[in-house]
Amino acid sequence: MSTCPQYIVDYMHEYLDGDISREHEQQLKKHLQECTDCRQHMHELSDTIAFVKSAAHITAPPHFEDKVMKRLPKGKNRVGIQKWFRRHPIIVAAAVFFLFMSATMLSNYSNEEFSVTKQPNLIVDGQTVIVPEGEVVKGDIIVKNGDLVIEGEVDGNVIVINGEYMASTAVVTGEIEEIDQVFEWIWYETKAMVNNFMDLFEE
Amino acid sequence: MDALVNKRIKQVLKGDQNAFSDIVSLYQHKLYQICYRMLGNKQEAEDISQEAFVRAYINLHTFDQKRKFSTWLYRIATNLCIDRIRKKKPDYYLDAEVAGTDGLNMYSQIASSEQLPEETVQQMELQDRIQYEISRLPDKYRSVIVLKYIEELSLQEISDILDMPLGTVKTRIHRGREALRKQLNNL
Repeated sequence: MSTCPQYIVDYMHEYLDGDISREHEQQLKKHLQECTDCRQHMHELSDTIAFVKSAAHITAPPHFEDKVMKRLPKGKNRVGIQKWFRRHPIIVAAAVFFLFMSATMLSNYSNEEFSVTKQPNLIVDGQTVIVPEGEVVKGDIIVKNGDLVIEGEVDGNVIVINGEYMASTAVVTGEIEEIDQVFEWIWYETKAMVNNFMDLFEE
Repeated sequence: MDALVNKRIKQVLKGDQNAFSDIVSLYQHKLYQICYRMLGNKQEAEDISQEAFVRAYINLHTFDQKRKFSTWLYRIATNLCIDRIRKKKPDYYLDAEVAGTDGLNMYSQIASSEQLPEETVQQMELQDRIQYEISRLPDKYRSVIVLKYIEELSLQEISDILDMPLGTVKTRIHRGREALRKQLNNL
């Protein structure tokens, strides 16, 4: 076999790969008919392939799939939340908006300063606002961080924030509201905002 | 099949982890077989093939869906096998101590370089003998022979899986065949 050219072995492999040219195939066949050593070599290669190919089909062990699924990283929740966010953009936007609004409103709420709506005939005594007897206040009264005593008349809404509303014989034509909880404060602000917003359309 | 696989891949990418189980179900046997033939050890084959699926899951977003999924998956598995073979070599003697556990026989513990006495080899069952001869091949020939003759993949696919030129794949298959022929002839 040592006398045979190396390209004969190359042709054998080309043949086994299934991409031999017709020309090479004819040369190979011709050579194999003449040379027993190369014929033997070719046989051995074919037998080798047949040997490897006779390997039994191997299948994965039982419960393989379950085991893989258990090994997967638990990224599911994160993805789930993202998915929920993507599906409900309006709720997310509303939530974010509400959060920021609450924050600004809360900063207002924690403002402990006393304030009152300016009306001409109100008496302010320390942190107590008095609507004197016999007087008629035209318009709304809002008292922050102080008390309100009404002895006269109010032709409008009365709102007391973080304080007490005291009335004996008062006449109030509008609504009376007392706010001293954080949540109520937020609710009030939100309501006020919505009302203002609605007014824009009504005008 | 590719259409189904791509559909499942899209579902997984959208966050549906369960859709991945169909992918595992489709490829588990082929992937396990490659690993088993490369490593010659059931437990390692199971561990590595599971790891290959986990890596495929984690890196699924990097898979180009215009390409063949099996090629990509097999590449992950063959790379993991080759890494394992290279790491295993120095501590082979420690491994040999665990022979005989859980259906493993001594042949499954043989490192590629190890040669058994002729007598022992001739008494082997055919299937053990095949695995023994495959595991004696150097790993660069082993991977191409396994992909070509056990998985029956085309040369082009093997070239894609192993990320090497077609010419290199052919050369390795030729040398692998010659190496196997010599191994079988020596007996």
